Amino acid sequence: MEVPILKQGAFLIATFQAALSDADLNHLRMGLVQQVVKFRSRAVIVDVTAMDVMDSFASRTLREIAHMIRLRGAETVIVGIQPEVAFAMVQLGLTLEGVATALDLEEGLAYLNEKFKVTN
Amino acid sequence: MSAAEIRVEINSDQDIVVARQKGRILAGELGFSSGDATLIATAISELARNIVSYARTGEIKLKGIHGSSRVGILVIASDDGPGIIDIRQALRDGFSTSGSLGLGLPGVRRLMDEFEITSQPGKGTMVAVKKWRQ
Repeated sequence: MEVPILKQGAFLIATFQAALSDADLNHLRMGLVQQVVKFRSRAVIVDVTAMDVMDSFASRTLREIAHMIRLRGAETVIVGIQPEVAFAMVQLGLTLEGVATALDLEEGLAYLNEKFKVTN
Repeated sequence: MSAAEIRVEINSDQDIVVARQKGRILAGELGFSSGDATLIATAISELARNIVSYARTGEIKLKGIHGSSRVGILVIASDDGPGIIDIRQALRDGFSTSGSLGLGLPGVRRLMDEFEITSQPGKGTMVAVKKWRQ
């Protein structure tokens, strides 16, 4: 399943769907890092609004994506974790420590715009 | 309603997605809230993932339980894989033999209401979990 990656100025926006397999997630991890390099992006927003299950593999992959992108000197914001998904993640003991999160795409963009206005 | 058993063969990571989607649908049919259906689907995902990671192949069985006073869902994950030598250790948070997070089994236990595991080294593992509708 192809995950659409949208370029919006200095940011990239990747929108995850519900039924992503491990292979899709691995593919996306490489794809995102490559796109960050290609477009010299400052930040990536990963929109997980449509994801109905965030298991150990999915959250580990998100953490890895964020760490790889940080090594490239860019930032990742995860947006749209649904309330029940957040509840399940806490029960499973899964964390996204060190990764920025925001309520939704709008908030994520606002956070990044603010951040890069200050540092630019 | 939903008396039949649903069986999902687990052979690849794609089947993990199929199993948890079928589990979510069954949970919905049994009247579970969407929040509980998410917990059930997440537990199924972890159980199916253990099969793929440790045993490569196995199956997930899903079944509605219609008791006299309550309704629930039963999920059985079974495989003929290497089995677990020390179950107590496998149920401890942070333990993993495959280099993964090692949160699978204790996490699944917290997501569901009842948890049962039997495993024989060299023969396989069976995990049966239940969740009751609130």
